[in-house]
Amino acid sequence: MWRTIRDLLRFNRQFAAGVVLLTLVAAYSCLSFFSPYPPNDSFVVPPDVPPSWAYPMGTTSRGQDLFWLLSFAIRNTLLFGIVVAVISRLLALVIGLVAGYSGGLVDRALMSVNDTFIVIPLFPILVLFYFVMREHMSWGLLALMMACLGWAYDARLIRSVAMSLRTREFTETGIFSGMSTRQILVEEHLPYVLPIVFSTTMNNINWSIGLEVTLSVLGFTDINTPTIGVLIYWANQHTALVAGIWWWIFFPVLLVVMTFVGLFLLAVSMNEHIDPRSRLGRTGT
Amino acid sequence: MNDRLPGPVLAVTDLRAYYRTKAFGVEREVRAVDDVSLSIEANEIYGLAGESSSGKTTLIKTIAAAIQPPLEVLAGSVVFNFGGRSVDMHHVDPRELAAIRWKHLSYIMQGSMNVLNPVRHVKQSFVDFAFRHIAKPMPEFLDIVRGHLQRLHLAPDVLDSYPHQLSGGMRQRVTIALATVCRPEFIIADEPTTALDVVVQKGVLAMIHQIQRELGSSIIFVTHDMAVHANLTDRLGIMYAGRLVEEGRTADVFRSPRHPYTAHLIASLPRLGDSAPKKGLEGAPPNLANPPPGCRFHPRCPRASDICGRDTPPMVELAPGHRAACFHPEPVQPA
Amino acid sequence: MSGALLDVDNVVRTYAGGSLFARRRTVAVNGVSLRLEKARPEIFTIVGESGSGKTTLARMILNMVAPSAGAIRFNGTDLSTIRGGRARLAFMKQVQPIFQNPFEAFNPMKRVDRYLFVTARRMAGVSTDAGIVDATDGALLSVGLSLAEIRGRFPHELSGGQLQRVAIARALISRPALLVADEPVSMIDASLRASIVNLLRDLRDRLGVSIIYITHDLATAYYISDRILIMRRGEAVESGDARTVLDNPQHPYSQLLKQSVLSPDPQNRPMNF
Repeated sequence: MWRTIRDLLRFNRQFAAGVVLLTLVAAYSCLSFFSPYPPNDSFVVPPDVPPSWAYPMGTTSRGQDLFWLLSFAIRNTLLFGIVVAVISRLLALVIGLVAGYSGGLVDRALMSVNDTFIVIPLFPILVLFYFVMREHMSWGLLALMMACLGWAYDARLIRSVAMSLRTREFTETGIFSGMSTRQILVEEHLPYVLPIVFSTTMNNINWSIGLEVTLSVLGFTDINTPTIGVLIYWANQHTALVAGIWWWIFFPVLLVVMTFVGLFLLAVSMNEHIDPRSRLGRTGT
Repeated sequence: MNDRLPGPVLAVTDLRAYYRTKAFGVEREVRAVDDVSLSIEANEIYGLAGESSSGKTTLIKTIAAAIQPPLEVLAGSVVFNFGGRSVDMHHVDPRELAAIRWKHLSYIMQGSMNVLNPVRHVKQSFVDFAFRHIAKPMPEFLDIVRGHLQRLHLAPDVLDSYPHQLSGGMRQRVTIALATVCRPEFIIADEPTTALDVVVQKGVLAMIHQIQRELGSSIIFVTHDMAVHANLTDRLGIMYAGRLVEEGRTADVFRSPRHPYTAHLIASLPRLGDSAPKKGLEGAPPNLANPPPGCRFHPRCPRASDICGRDTPPMVELAPGHRAACFHPEPVQPA
Repeated sequence: MSGALLDVDNVVRTYAGGSLFARRRTVAVNGVSLRLEKARPEIFTIVGESGSGKTTLARMILNMVAPSAGAIRFNGTDLSTIRGGRARLAFMKQVQPIFQNPFEAFNPMKRVDRYLFVTARRMAGVSTDAGIVDATDGALLSVGLSLAEIRGRFPHELSGGQLQRVAIARALISRPALLVADEPVSMIDASLRASIVNLLRDLRDRLGVSIIYITHDLATAYYISDRILIMRRGEAVESGDARTVLDNPQHPYSQLLKQSVLSPDPQNRPMNF
């Protein structure tokens, strides 16, 4: 696997660019552990100072150093995106593989559930969720909720791959070798399904971060924990753009765009590489 | 019927075509066709036999000038002679190539569904392929097509069917009619009967035989099925690992194969009515990305000696019209 | 009845197709029977062209598809009564398949020895690593290969002939009584075919394995079969001792088949096909 990554870095410029972008963002988010100011303290520095040597990204109207605040924000946003992605991938994999492999009644039942989740309008549900949960709202809960809403589309993709794999002869060889269903799904079918999982992971992270930013900007999340969206929310509350405090909006947006573009580049370049057909082509069949 | 032309219709000279790929810093060169020379006369059916990774499919592609990367022609030439007009397939203007294709050079493919448009009537395929070459107004063109179908014992109303409404054998006959409607001088037939049932295959081969006799075209008939070669072809070329290893009149090659590979191949074929034990060949054809030095068959050859692993045996004429590339050819079998 | 290894009793298999308003029934297999005896291992060939139902019949014998009517009994047990993981495993130990395309029968992304090891562990009940290696090596030796040659290889690194032998070795690990081989040599090069076909004969003689050999190729059928069954459009057309049937076919379809077979012999070239 490391050789694959090394090959990709060397020969695929998209991959290299994506890795560079994401490394920058990730490194920056790690700086949050060295922040001299706790994230929720306000008026620790002079407010509304434009970017300068002392404050590389300026300060906010609430007297916070944007540089350190943003490092917290991006860290929380990234964590949120990753947690949602992991949980929803697991759900999509299990449901997609089981439905595709079993067929029949199990498949119909699972797909009915799946289709229900696909048509649920996400945004209204999440807003409703916020109003219902208001007091107990937390990031963990929101992540769980979004994971539960984000698996359906990809489960169908995985299911269709699983269905075609079911009819291939090596599945039957596996059955006649005494492999259990679980063994067949994990060892025989998973390698074919992984490209979909990887590329949809990147998309999923983009989706969940985008949705989180939207909700936070509108104030429908816990606005006391800094994330990118919450930063922008506070910036709007203090009418930053009108007041000329452009850096309060600019830097969070810049960082989130870097993240999006980096993830997208990774998804696109890895996908072509992991695709079984191109892998087999490289082995010289 | 084409007149007997002086000189061959097709002359392949020292052809070398490799697949060259470069991915992730790894360069690979698959030597699919290596120094192949053969010629095909007018009014003859030339069989090209070979197993998987023998290079016969690549050879056909280069003859048809269907060369796309990663396939590259490194050396040699493919020259056709259509009624006195000489065409070098690899250095010809694309427009001239388009004018040649189907009128002088046509193909019969393995899968009829690779040729016939599944969403149009069969008639439309005839129009797409042949209308511009026959250069007559549409009603006259369709009459010509119907006449051609009738001569081949196909009902003319097949033109108004969709391909999926016809059986597999019927579809293949239609593609043969399609390939011959312009009366080409040369037809490339690439495994046309391989996917067909044995009963249907016989009818399709009969049709090919009949049309060839009528038009006097030359056909290069590629298949791995030796029984088809025995029953249809006039001359036979055997390919192994990218090289032509034996060539001669079909009857001579079967009766007295000179190259050890051909000899073993023919001896191992099962025959209905014969239950004597057959011996298979040990080993497997070599990987063309890394072929063995010298004669490519020498690792599996019971007659191999030192020189076989060092030098490539040249194609030598061992009897009139019968040549083989071997340092230790099999002895001549009594007639 | 005792003594019967396999008893296929008038099996029928129909498929329903079409739309809600126009249900179509295709009869893939229409009342076929055959019987293999335990005491006499043999190679039983089923010959047919495409659409004859021979593959459907093979899948029913392997218990991959259930018959719509009729019954199949293996060693006295009706296949439709086999339920549950343990019973299915016990059946699969005794009856193993060989597929047409060896490159499809193995996962191209996985090493081939893995299937052999799993079969040894699950089907042959071998639990120690050394035991698994022994069982695998033994099976490979009986098909003319060895574990040293195959270890760690991917399917594309082997030739069609080698890969098909590995498939046969895998099928033999659990010491089955019956192999169902569906066109095992049709996708193998002609020069490698004879050795696979000889191997099947050898398995019958040396290991006492019965083989149901499915093919459309009359020449190889003549070469190795003991008994033969000719199928057409789902029905059994002629059956009996292989040489007798093929030397002197009685049914018009069998005669037509025999006539259409081309022999690799230019001297017998038909004058006008």
